[in-house]
This record gives sequence, structure tokens and C-alpha cells, in this order.
Amino acid sequence: MTVESTAARKPRRSAGGKAGTKRTTRNTAQDTDPELVQLLTPEGERVKNAEYDQYVAGITPEELRGLYRDMVLTRRFDAEATSLQRQGELGLWASLLGQEAAQIGSGRATREDDYVFPTYREHGVAWCRGVDPTNLLGMFRGVNNGGWDPNSNNFQLYTIVIGSQTLHATGYAMGVAKDGADSAVIAYFGDGASSQGDVAESFTFSAVYNAPVVFFCQNNQWAISEPTEKQTRVPLYQRARGYGFPGVRVDGNDVLACLAVTKWALERARSGEGPTLVEAYTYRMGAHTTSDDPTRYRHDDERAAWEAKDPILRLRRYLEAANHADEGFFAELEAESEALGRRVREAVRAMPDPDRFAIFENVYADGHALVDEERAQFAAYQASFADVEGV
Amino acid sequence: MAEKMALAKAINESLRRALEADPKVLIMGEDVGKLGGVFRVTDGLQKDFGESRVIDTPLAESGIVGTAIGLALRGYRPVVEIQFDGFVFPAYDQIVTQLAKMHARSLGKVKLPVVVRIPYGGGIGAVEHHSESPEALFAHVAGLKIVSPSNASDAYWMMQQAIQSDDPVIFFEPKRRYWDKGEVSTEAIPGPLHKAQVTREGTDLTLAAYGPVVKLCHEVAEAAAEEGKSLEVLDLRSVSPLDFDSIQASVEKTRRLVVVHEAPVFFGSGAEIAARITERCFYHLEAPVLRVGGYHAPYPPARLEEEYLPGLDRVLDAVDRSLAY
Repeated sequence: MTVESTAARKPRRSAGGKAGTKRTTRNTAQDTDPELVQLLTPEGERVKNAEYDQYVAGITPEELRGLYRDMVLTRRFDAEATSLQRQGELGLWASLLGQEAAQIGSGRATREDDYVFPTYREHGVAWCRGVDPTNLLGMFRGVNNGGWDPNSNNFQLYTIVIGSQTLHATGYAMGVAKDGADSAVIAYFGDGASSQGDVAESFTFSAVYNAPVVFFCQNNQWAISEPTEKQTRVPLYQRARGYGFPGVRVDGNDVLACLAVTKWALERARSGEGPTLVEAYTYRMGAHTTSDDPTRYRHDDERAAWEAKDPILRLRRYLEAANHADEGFFAELEAESEALGRRVREAVRAMPDPDRFAIFENVYADGHALVDEERAQFAAYQASFADVEGV
Repeated sequence: MAEKMALAKAINESLRRALEADPKVLIMGEDVGKLGGVFRVTDGLQKDFGESRVIDTPLAESGIVGTAIGLALRGYRPVVEIQFDGFVFPAYDQIVTQLAKMHARSLGKVKLPVVVRIPYGGGIGAVEHHSESPEALFAHVAGLKIVSPSNASDAYWMMQQAIQSDDPVIFFEPKRRYWDKGEVSTEAIPGPLHKAQVTREGTDLTLAAYGPVVKLCHEVAEAAAEEGKSLEVLDLRSVSPLDFDSIQASVEKTRRLVVVHEAPVFFGSGAEIAARITERCFYHLEAPVLRVGGYHAPYPPARLEEEYLPGLDRVLDAVDRSLAY
């Protein structure tokens, strides 16, 4: 991508700008796509970008290694969770394989006082927010429906119903604006969720109230078996224009570009310029969840093409070419990865089943007569077994 | 200080008091601002509290409830209006899958003090989707509390209590009683939000009801009294939780129970009451618990709603059937 092409594109991303005519019925993006913000090519070459370079201009080699470390450890965690599911330790797992750059880049763009509303695949974003990865596994093991305090890391619980959380993020952002705070909110969702009414309504509300929210759509090409073409006839980022705020498509496998574009969008939100839609163009390398069988609906060559754009590999190539990391770094990281895998494995196996009375806990904040009655009945029923055993 | 006011005005005054008392209280909904709501329940509030406290929203029910959840997560206490009963369904997903469950899902870390106001029920000659009674659909969902006042005083105080509750409350307002006036004391200490009240003492049979048909039950009791029958009227006030202790106490006294509501009888709140009271009071009952309510049919066009809604004669007929056992 050239500097000129980026500059020429700028006005078209603003509200009411001239509509792009390049693609109105397809939703594809090539690496040479002038619409796609990219700072690192799949070969690991740094390309200049007049608009977004400034958001990563001061990045140090140490920070670059940090991004690499985040992606490697997140992938290792994800792989361990997938294995644990195969071993029967988890009931289900939603893998993020292939989406590490989108999640680490955007996650590292957030500030501590920002608030994140994830879907159920944002393990990398959770990592960036400081949520202990083992906490993410409780719901997949079936010991709880959440597992962390959303306010400890400003990272909301995973949301299973598709797109619901975009409205929560918008409402939260409306509250941030009311409070006069300068933090921002980021809502994650997928290309499938873009078809949901709640996502459309969150676009409407956020635009009408100028809410400081960034909509971060990870377009991983597949909503279980439905391709993006079954969700939209225009590129997703272009939807924003109809609501009156900017949309931008970023290479979702380029951690640097994701970091830069998300920083830009969050700063817009903080400075009172309202919502932004970021479409991170990426690919779900694995299955939708461990219950899914992608061989039924997609070809191996598609996966192979995306493997060539691997987010971790491209940053490694860049780090090596720029002499930002030596063999010692990679070896140490490998050891750290294995240690993480071991820790996760042990933590999951040690996870106790919840107390049976947890069924009745926290159904209501102020209590409810029916819950009290049924808890007492349950206790009496349990006690009846104890009596028999005690005889 | 006691004052006679219409039920709609009582809610208005209650909302005003809540807005004054707590800067975190917000009013949200379609037309709630300049217009004051289609029933004028929020009349004048935006003028006095501003557009950032009394918020006119886009026409999107899921959006209203979903953003209210987000605002509650940020520490606000939103009171949202769904314009009519039949329009709540676009928001049903947010209410059932999110609003009701987030407290449990967060193991108690998150509280969602959101009040969803729904003008409900028939009897005003409206077009379709403007006269329904969907309370049972919400009562079936753990995590929600469901209340419905029948008079101005309860409307005033129950709204105060609903807003102060840390749980989400679905507040069903009996729209055909909006213009009924009643004495409201803004100082009297009210009873608990979920406690039923005996509003007429009697010895022969209990009529249990809530919302718009409580007034009807009083008319039934008057008519029955002329025939020498003594009916007790129990205003349930809360559908979830249901105050079974008060129903049981009344039934142990009168030995007969007729439940009246506008919603369809099939799988309605009357069915739950009948089942539980049969369990609790089997040896006290002289007759099966009977129910009077809507039919298993779409709410009919306005010219037929008198046939559909429980009226004086249908309730008296049920009373006679119960007493005949």
C-alpha cells in the first residue's frame, strides 16, 4: 500500500463522504487492497502509512517483543484449551487461532480505565486486560457462567447471545460521557453478529448520543458455517457511513496495524468525536468451537492461503529482520509458553465442582421468596440422603 | 401529606421524587421527553431535569433495554418505558438473556437496578398489540421481579421501591386505570414491595387479583354482598415473587379461591397460584381453585374486548361455581 492511496481514501471514511465504488457486492480483501490498513506485510516488511504510522511511531523494540510474546502465549493458551477439551476436561472451547493479532493489537491499544465488552472468543483481549487465563475456562468447564469480576479489569463477562454486548457497551459509553470521563469503551463482535438487530441498534444509539465507543468487528470470514457473503452485500466497515460515523478496514493479521487503528479510534472516542467501526479482516483458522466441523463447509486451500498471512510469523520475520529479537528471546518465550500450558492444564484439572447450593446463589440481589423456598426444599431433599447414609 | 391524584400522575410524582433524590436515576424511552409519554406519565420531567436525565430514545426497544443495561453497569439506575405491552418483544431477548441473568452470571459482582415500565392490559379500545398482558412470560424467568399496582398510592410507592431495588423490576402499569384517582400520601411508610394486601375483608371466598382487575373484584364483591355473600379481595401487587403466605392465610379463612387476571388463563399466573395453593391448602379447600382470565386466542379487536376480558358476570359466575361445591 502506498502513502498516496491512503491519503486519497481518507475523505471517503468520514460521515457523508463519497461512497466507494470499488466493491459494492463483494466482501473480499486482498493484501494489496487499498482499503486495507496494513503496516506489516505477510513477509514481515514494514510499510509506511501516512495516516496511522503516528499511532505506533514511538513503539520500542521491547514493546514489539511484548506484542509478539502476547500473541505466542495467547496461541499457546488457546492450544492448551483445545487439547483440554479433547481430553474431556472442558465441555467446549471457542478457539481464537488466527485472530491473535486482531485481539492483541486492539487489546494493547486500550487504556486501564477503558472498558471492554467481549463476545466469547476474546481470550487475547482478556490477556491484555490482565484477566488470568485460567478464569476464562470456568464457563467452558461448566463450573460457572462467568468466572471473573468484570470490574476488576474493566473486562465484561463473555456474552453468548450474538451481538447483545454491543448495546451494553453503548449504554456504558453513554454513562462515561454523562460522567464527563475521558475513558473509552470497546465492543467486540464478529461478522455474523453484524446481521443482528442489536448491532444495528447499537450503531444507531451510539451515533445519536455520540457515545465514546469503538465497535471492533473481527471479520473472521465464517459465522459457524455461514460465510461473510451470507451476512452482507457490502464490506462491513462501510456500514458505519450509513449511521454517520467512520468505518475502517484493518488487516486483522497485522498486530501493528490493529494497534494503530484501534488507538486512533479510541482517541477519537476520548476526544468526544463519537463512535468508530473497525473491521479487522482476519480468519478463523480453527473450528467455530470444538463442536464444529469446518471440513463440511470450507476448503483446505482457503486455510492454506490464510496460513501464509499468519500474524505471529509475520511479526517474527519483522523482529528478526530488524534485529529486535535474538535467539535467546525466542527460546525463553518457548519455555514460558510451555510453563503457561502446564499451569493452565493443572489449574483446569484442579478446578473444583461448584457447591451444589450455588444453583440458588445470586439469582437476585435482594432475594426472592420462591428461591428461598426452593433452596430449603433442595436442602431437605439432600438431607434426606444424609439420613439414610447415617443409619 | 396526602393528595388525591390519578394513577398516572402518581407515577409521574414518584419518578420526579426519584430523579430529585438520586442523580443516578435516568428516565429513558420513546417520546418520554418533550411529549411526556403517550400517556403523559413522564409529563414535565424533561423540562425540569433536562435531556440528559430524561432521555428521548431512538425507536428501538432492544436498544432501550440494552443500553439501560450498559448504563446500569456504569452505576446509573435507568427507568425505561416500553410504550405498549405488545412492543416489549423486540426487547424480550435483552430482558430475558441479559437483564435477568447478569447478576447470577457475575456471581453477584454486577447489579442491574433497571426498571422496565410497561403500560399493559386492555379496556381502552386500542388496536392490536396495545392491550396485552404478558406478565407470565416474564414471571417464568428467574432474575426478574414483576409487579403491578392497582391504585394510585401503590403506584407511587411501588415505583419508589422498584427504583431502589438492586434487581431488575418489570413494572406493569394498568393503563385503563391511569385516570382513576386515589389518595396518595407521600409520607406514609409503605409495606414491602412484594407483599399482597387484603383490600376487602370477607369470609366466604377469596378473590385474588392484581393490576387492572382489582377494581373489578371490588365491584364483584359489592354485587355478591347484595346477595348475602361475603367475599375477600386480595390485591397481590407482585407477580414475582408471589406472596403465597398471604394467599394461604386468606384461603385458610375463606376456604375458596378464585384468581382473576386479564392474561390468558392457560399457563398464566392463575395456574401457578392454583397449583401451589392446592399443595398448601388441600385440606382447607372446599372447592377447586378457579380462574377467570383471557382466552387462548390473540387479544381480539376492540369491539370484542368486553367479551374477552374478565367482567363482572364472568367473575360472579366463577364465584357461584366455587360456592356450589
